[in-house]
Amino acid sequence: MFPLGIFPYIVGGILIGIGVSFIYIITGLHATQSSFFSTTLSYFSKRPYFQQKQYLNSRRWRITFAVGVILGALVYTLTLSPEGFFTTTVQWWRLALGGLLVGFGTRLSKGCTSGHGISGLASLSTTSLYAVVTFLVVGILTAMIVQALGVIP
Amino acid sequence: MRMKHLVVFIGGLLFGFGLAFGGMAKQEIVLSFLQLKDLGLLLLLGGSAFVTALTINLAPKVLKRPFLGGEFKRRKRTLSKRTIIGAIIFGVGWGISGQCPGSAWASLGVGNTPVIIGIASMFIGAYVMGRFFT
Repeated sequence: MFPLGIFPYIVGGILIGIGVSFIYIITGLHATQSSFFSTTLSYFSKRPYFQQKQYLNSRRWRITFAVGVILGALVYTLTLSPEGFFTTTVQWWRLALGGLLVGFGTRLSKGCTSGHGISGLASLSTTSLYAVVTFLVVGILTAMIVQALGVIP
Repeated sequence: MRMKHLVVFIGGLLFGFGLAFGGMAKQEIVLSFLQLKDLGLLLLLGGSAFVTALTINLAPKVLKRPFLGGEFKRRKRTLSKRTIIGAIIFGVGWGISGQCPGSAWASLGVGNTPVIIGIASMFIGAYVMGRFFT
């Protein structure tokens, strides 16, 4: 069940929770991820959807947040990481096709593993609970099917 | 304003460090969860949600308001067909690629450059949603 042990997952989860909590206690913001795409698109599209007030009001801090996430992972890579830099072997078309669906689906659902999974569940939102159960089940079924079709890696 | 950005940045650092520490910047590890070979992702997700739940539910009892002003609110979303259909589409993309938005940023930080393709695609997917489905 846990071939790599449970330590990295528990510690990683607690660190993420502390990061989200730190931002919440000081600013009251829910530090979630997928909204970034819509708020950043507000710089490029004049469509009313992207020009929503809440997107315009949050687009700057969401960029700051994304930069923090990238640099946090870089700090880990340069310090505690046993193997240093890493490159996936998952094929490019899977990254491209999967990315399209992830971008579309998370914005339609208004949340991802972070928004529904962390902040939504932590807010005791039943909407988020339904979303999380749905993407977990569908994600597992999809990965199983892709594997059964012989797509490796 | 500057203080807000500094706080968000530090929180982001912790978020990204935690994601990378927990292996989430490796699509192989995420996929091994979705193939039910390594259930660690559930511990990471559950651990982060638990810590955040303590904060969101206890902070308003200890503090009147966030340190920088405003008010403590729960994250509320109204359940609709879009919530579930969106989650299904996200799940398919997650299962195909092992990517989600936060882990994609963390991937850049660990030098996992092919994921740039995934991030560009996420922008396109988010654009198509906002342009044609709202």
